[in-house]
Amino acid sequence: MTTSLLSAQNLSVRFGGVLAVNNVSFDVREGEVFTLIGPNGAGKTTVFNLISRIYTPTQGTIDYAGPQGPIRLTDQPPHQIASLGIARTFQNIELFEHATVLHNLLVGRHTHSRSNLLSEIFFTPAVRRAEIEAREQAERVIDFLDLQHYRDTMIAGLPYGVRKVVELARALCTQPRLLLLDEPSSGLNVEETDDMAFWIQDIKHELGITVLMVEHDMSLVSKVSDRVLAMNQGEVLAMGTPREVQGDPGVIEAYLGSVDDVSSLRREVA
Amino acid sequence: MRFIFKTDYDQDIRLAKHGGHVFWYGLLCVLLAAAPVLLSEYLLAQLTFILIYGIVGLGLMLLAGFTGLFSIGHAAFLGVGAYTQAVFTGMGVPFPIALALAALLSAAVGIVVGLPALRVKGIYLGIATLSFGFIVEEAFARWESVTGGNAGMSVGQVNIFGWVADSGTSFYFVCLVIAVLCTLACINLLRTSTGRAFVAIRDSEISAQSMGIHLAYYKTLSFAISAALAGIGGALYAHQIRFLSPDQFNIIQSIDLLLMVVIGGLGSIHGAFLGAIFLIGLPQAISAVKDYLPEAIAQAPGLKAVIYGAVLIAFVLFEPLGLYGRWLKVRTYLQLFPFYRKGMFKRQKSFQKSDRLK
Repeated sequence: MTTSLLSAQNLSVRFGGVLAVNNVSFDVREGEVFTLIGPNGAGKTTVFNLISRIYTPTQGTIDYAGPQGPIRLTDQPPHQIASLGIARTFQNIELFEHATVLHNLLVGRHTHSRSNLLSEIFFTPAVRRAEIEAREQAERVIDFLDLQHYRDTMIAGLPYGVRKVVELARALCTQPRLLLLDEPSSGLNVEETDDMAFWIQDIKHELGITVLMVEHDMSLVSKVSDRVLAMNQGEVLAMGTPREVQGDPGVIEAYLGSVDDVSSLRREVA
Repeated sequence: MRFIFKTDYDQDIRLAKHGGHVFWYGLLCVLLAAAPVLLSEYLLAQLTFILIYGIVGLGLMLLAGFTGLFSIGHAAFLGVGAYTQAVFTGMGVPFPIALALAALLSAAVGIVVGLPALRVKGIYLGIATLSFGFIVEEAFARWESVTGGNAGMSVGQVNIFGWVADSGTSFYFVCLVIAVLCTLACINLLRTSTGRAFVAIRDSEISAQSMGIHLAYYKTLSFAISAALAGIGGALYAHQIRFLSPDQFNIIQSIDLLLMVVIGGLGSIHGAFLGAIFLIGLPQAISAVKDYLPEAIAQAPGLKAVIYGAVLIAFVLFEPLGLYGRWLKVRTYLQLFPFYRKGMFKRQKSFQKSDRLK
């Protein structure tokens, strides 16, 4: 439980004049649910994009305990991240819209495909076996997330809540060791959020996958997280258990403003 | 209404999903095989053209319809294939080897053109491929020692290790076999992880990448395969036309090819062939009805271009999924009869696309 799976050291990223992430360090331990919280624009998604290598940090490093020994993640090309066992979902769903749910999940199996172009063109028996194997894995995830009903539906025709689950399913299809969830409950109703909380707990306990998530819904956060990192304006405010972080004066100030802020808003009555 | 009860993963994977597929595609094969008996020599030549353009269409469909990369210079690949075939068969190389060389050389050129595709998208890629098309057309005209320049170049008959396809019928069968093989290759590719990677890149590059798809590799691969198919089509085109000149591979030809896949229906293998039928069939249809039209319209220059343009606009406005999309609706209507609802195929507005990290 105590070995760290992912370790970010002094991460900073600058977009022109904006310092989106400033000197952020944290460790994600194997088997835990680690949550990033913070107001809008705090740099949470940017941290995600740094881990999935969509951005390159201006400064700092990310180390990852890969399946074959430790790896400096910041040196890896973006398409390599998935095969290292890191899968992610997106805040604004990024599914393959003109394809069925099953098709989307099979794309998640991409990193496990070993066939070459020529054998695929001839659709050799080996390719057929690999396809069946991929479907078996996808079916397991479908079963896990209760998506049977939607298996052959086009994404374009699915409601938002289901798309959210499909995206989670697609990430699980890669058989990750670390799952990055960017606001898993955004746009979901109360029941769907509860379902999501159960699934996240199941993912942690049954599948043994470490989860790193960004989330705004504090009830979901306190229900599933082992540790929470609060950020504001690209900097770390507090880190600890959900209760500790929620009670942290800096965090309260970031969300609600300090007493001085409030008084300055008061209209002076002359 | 047909319900398919799936009990086996193979049912998802196999090509013929149900008995209806076996029957109708079987019937199509029988008709195609019997075409030389059923059709006149002229119509058979038109059917041969449909097959050739269908092969080129498959290539462009893979690129534009499945990978989402548009090429407005595809006639260049057609030309590279055609001239390669002409040059090598002229040197006495047997047809299959020359065909393979034509495909390979086109694929190599495709890779070179595919490289800018890694950096530019949409309209900019269109312009890059458009100018590439001009460059290649110019090269055909200027490289007189090889291509014969604007004076043109004649092409021999198909010679497969001594067997010569010297009649329209035998060449039709050569084209038919190659078209079937190319189609099977495309379908096979599309039901494996490479094909899914293409579709993933088309729909969302960012999540394709985070699923472990190497964008540069697959985009280049798509260009290469697309160019290879265009090259094969070009090689057959050379044998069919028997005479090549640079102006056969100009911008008009490129636009015709693009028109073909858009009207056929982007994102479907059927669309490539439906588009080819449209592209080859429309001039025939126009000349057939010409006699019944008033003189002023029938003899007007540019009648064909106007009709093409009008049809394209109509498709973009009313049926973005092309002929194949229309067919799907007709089929669904018949399958569900009498339960078809009017709004069933209403396009859903996709939301939340504004925040894409592109």
